[in-house]
Amino acid sequence: MPVCDTQRAWLQLGHEPLDLNAIHAHLADPAAGGEVVFTGSVRNHHEGRRVHALTYEAYPEMALAEFGRIAEAIAARWEVQRVVLHHRLGYLTVGEACVVVGVSAAHRQEAFEAARYGIDRLKREAPIWKREHFEGGEAWVTNCSGCH
Amino acid sequence: MSDARSALTFQLSVKLFALLREQVGHAALTLELPVGTCVRDLAQHLRAAEPRLTPFLEVSRVAVNLAFAPPEQVLQPSDEVALIPPVGGG
Repeated sequence: MPVCDTQRAWLQLGHEPLDLNAIHAHLADPAAGGEVVFTGSVRNHHEGRRVHALTYEAYPEMALAEFGRIAEAIAARWEVQRVVLHHRLGYLTVGEACVVVGVSAAHRQEAFEAARYGIDRLKREAPIWKREHFEGGEAWVTNCSGCH
Repeated sequence: MSDARSALTFQLSVKLFALLREQVGHAALTLELPVGTCVRDLAQHLRAAEPRLTPFLEVSRVAVNLAFAPPEQVLQPSDEVALIPPVGGG
């Protein structure tokens, strides 16, 4: 599955709210028996702090290149029909969706495994950062607990 | 003297993001590097140019032309280079 094939992989990074209807429409495929959509959203707590918002920023050109590499790796490892990787940027309040990884496949096992791989690798590799706004202050927070 | 020096070095801009940009106060740093400098050598040049980066160099990764780069990769003047601090997407 080549990355430039927008029919199969839909990669997006932007400030607009994530459009779950459009994402489900993209994943629909006559050869797919199911789709798995992971949606990550802004949580109201982190390490004991009461969080009210997150601000996301990215190195956008590299993040999209990384999304493409993730989609390629998924297509190489699992038999999937379509892949969606979307991440939202800017100021997001509690409950808003920040990331969606969706996969449709003939069978559920491939769809679950590929979606899990996609979100895990995105969180590890994509050059995206978040600033947490919590009660009493704000700070950069990372996905790597031993990093700072 | 200056001619000999310029023949052996090149200028390279390194993009900075998130907390690194905040620490330094700029979105990029320009380094003067010896020809043949590898990705693994970049940390010492960054430390010399901007000591405020020192605490973050060990946990940051180097990206060259939009991908994480191996330590032995030789840097070229035309490369787009970025220092990537620990990420927090999702």
